[in-house]
Amino acid sequence: MADQPLVKVTIDNITIEVPAGTTILNAARKIGGDVAPPTMCYYSKLEDSGGKCRTCLVEVSKGSDKDPRPMPKLVASCRTAVMDGMEVKNITSQRVITARKGVVEFLLINHPLDCPICDQAGECDLQDLSYGHGEEGTRTEFRRRTFEKHTLGNQIQLHMTRCILCYRCVLVADQLTKTRQHGVLDRGDRAEIATYIEKSLDNDFIGNVIDVCPVGALTDRTFRFKNRVWFTKPVDAHRNCSKCCGEVRLWMRGDEVFRVTTRRDIWNEVATASDGKTGWICNECRFEKKKVSDWVIEGPTKVNRKSVISANKYVAATKPDEFLEEVMKGVKPRFMLDIHNESEVNEPELRLDLIDGPAHSNDFKIADEAHNKKLLNGSE
Amino acid sequence: MKKLLLEKDHIEGIRFYETYRREGGYKSVEKALKMSPAEVVDEVKKSGLRGRGGAGFPTGLKWSFIAKPEGVPRHLICNADESEPGTFKDRYLMEFIPHLLVEGLIISSYALGSNVTYIYIRGEYAWIVDILEQAIAEAKNNGWLGKNILGSGFDCEIYVHRGSGAYICGEETALIESLEGKRGNPRIKPPFPAVKGLWQRPTVVNNVESIAAVVPIINMGGDEYAKIGVGKSTGTKLISACGNINKPGVYEIDMTISVEEFIYSDEYCGGIPNGKRLKACIPGGSSVPILPANLLLKTAKGETRYMNYESLSDGGFATGSMMGSGGFIVFDEDQCIVRHTYTLSRFYWHESCGQCSPCREGTGWMEKILKNIEYGKGKMKDIDLLWHVQSNIEGNTICPLGDAAAWPVAAAIRHFRDEFEWHVLNPEESQRRNFGLAHYADPLIPIGELV
Repeated sequence: MADQPLVKVTIDNITIEVPAGTTILNAARKIGGDVAPPTMCYYSKLEDSGGKCRTCLVEVSKGSDKDPRPMPKLVASCRTAVMDGMEVKNITSQRVITARKGVVEFLLINHPLDCPICDQAGECDLQDLSYGHGEEGTRTEFRRRTFEKHTLGNQIQLHMTRCILCYRCVLVADQLTKTRQHGVLDRGDRAEIATYIEKSLDNDFIGNVIDVCPVGALTDRTFRFKNRVWFTKPVDAHRNCSKCCGEVRLWMRGDEVFRVTTRRDIWNEVATASDGKTGWICNECRFEKKKVSDWVIEGPTKVNRKSVISANKYVAATKPDEFLEEVMKGVKPRFMLDIHNESEVNEPELRLDLIDGPAHSNDFKIADEAHNKKLLNGSE
Repeated sequence: MKKLLLEKDHIEGIRFYETYRREGGYKSVEKALKMSPAEVVDEVKKSGLRGRGGAGFPTGLKWSFIAKPEGVPRHLICNADESEPGTFKDRYLMEFIPHLLVEGLIISSYALGSNVTYIYIRGEYAWIVDILEQAIAEAKNNGWLGKNILGSGFDCEIYVHRGSGAYICGEETALIESLEGKRGNPRIKPPFPAVKGLWQRPTVVNNVESIAAVVPIINMGGDEYAKIGVGKSTGTKLISACGNINKPGVYEIDMTISVEEFIYSDEYCGGIPNGKRLKACIPGGSSVPILPANLLLKTAKGETRYMNYESLSDGGFATGSMMGSGGFIVFDEDQCIVRHTYTLSRFYWHESCGQCSPCREGTGWMEKILKNIEYGKGKMKDIDLLWHVQSNIEGNTICPLGDAAAWPVAAAIRHFRDEFEWHVLNPEESQRRNFGLAHYADPLIPIGELV
């Protein structure tokens, strides 16, 4: 990519230079934050993925410098390459927001919404998507489509009812393993991921389908119903493995390892390992090494503070990128919190995160005195 | 008018090589092989021939887009997966004059440099496969196919491939996937087939009628062909007329006649049986918007509507429709639009490939809502909901099937909203009568408030 000429693209009023041939989505991800469209099927580590879920639709308001005509339809940003001088609207376009709400609604009308008993809850892309981009309430009163549950071998559970048909697991089996035993059968809303004649999936790398699944359709049977995701805390660890990179994330509660997964980057995709390759892990690391003594612990994983996994005073919570001010051309967005800032009634000179346990009125006393003094000094 | 495609369809034995050749067949191949491929493309460009499969994209332009990298074979595919409800023109052509298609394919393959050409035919046309294969064998035995055709140094083979009964495989990239032996899911464009198509090679996919029309174009010359018809709608078009008319069938028209003449003249549809009145019509196959009688015969501006690409789409989707693939479906005053729309939406729900979410989930949802309305369980808000669902599908899908599913529903609500409301307000009566409200859209009543 280094020899590719750079092209300028403006996404939501933020201009960035990217190599020619980059997709709009990857350009937006370079900016980061809310500017990057949500994705359900695109997976940068898998070839030929994307274009199916239609959640990453964006509006191209100017095709390029050479041909400034806007594109008539919304385009899938994961499969559309940027042109020099292209102008893209994502969160600034009402059309995009409406279309995305529509797509979220479509994805949810047949989804069972069994989050309370779903192992994926808490790290589910569909949950995040519907909170972030969906609409409250449902307009469908019909029976939801259901499928039988299938066990694909000892380790993988398939809940076809929850599937959104992103095809990621099919691509993983195509690109990572020697033979693919599962695929998509039937068509339309009857389409299902299946092995046709009941088979178990037992390739060395097939466990990765669990990690790429954006919903709870493919889950880890060794972790099934053992714990909620947000009660376990992620820890980065590694071991010497002859088959894979051996760099994993352990999900621990106390000293117990409940689950082993690949490491994820901020887009919830498998992260690149230290050897520069994609950090897929083998079934042995994933399903069989469930003792702390098997692993060399590196430290707690950084988790976005918006995620439910960072709950309970998590030590490694990180602040997400925010670009709203730039997107709105320098106008600061007003949040509920701003009211408190302006009215100055609730501005304790006290760091609540430093207090051990819940705050009491006694804790505020010292701060209040300092505050009052300041007010008095100000009036003098 | 002079017929170009169906000129000889009444001749006994035209299906077989001897008769076809005696009647002047394969002359165009002799002529075309003396020209250079670029000259053949130029002739087609000059003719102004528009794709007959539905989208109406100029065929010559499509051919000139094909990439020509060194050492990479190119392919021509004939799209005979004619699955649109209401369209059956290609079947007629292939069944009665198969050699016309073979002849057109040889010229087109020569123009595009395709040495291996495929006919992708829908699986339901099982008996036509035999007819085509026989025609291809006859052509090969007589030296029109195979190696070094007529000493020109051009090799060409034609293979017939049967689909397995999927509407979606009529979409060109899904067709290519299916031909490659994969699941018939449309590909995400770009890259377009002209750059990377069948087996990642440059490919052109053309409708049966477009390919057959190349034969008269070469015979008479592109300029001469362009004189037939009107404006950008040049040449002749096959229309498969069905529904409530006296003479259903396949007609060749020269796109200068009015819609009224087409429906009522004895030469074509011969009017509506039992003295009933015209209620509505789908002028171009089930996917295009339905038009009520008042907007069908005259445009919103009050001009006469003609059977050609421009006139039928006059007024956009608000008051117009599309030429589409030429499946002309006529409804008389006794037909129920709600039931019809439900039938169509059930078709699109059944045929959606399930790849992208708006179409996979939306078509099923529309089908369920329409089923409720048709069987007297609908609510008033369902009509608005239906409108929202179709607008969320339209334009947001990978391939045009999403649009094709959304347009008929949108047009039905746009023009016949009162009929939907009648179904909701009279649930018992609409169930008892089983045909719902037979409502006559009087051409004298001005167009109602558009949704």
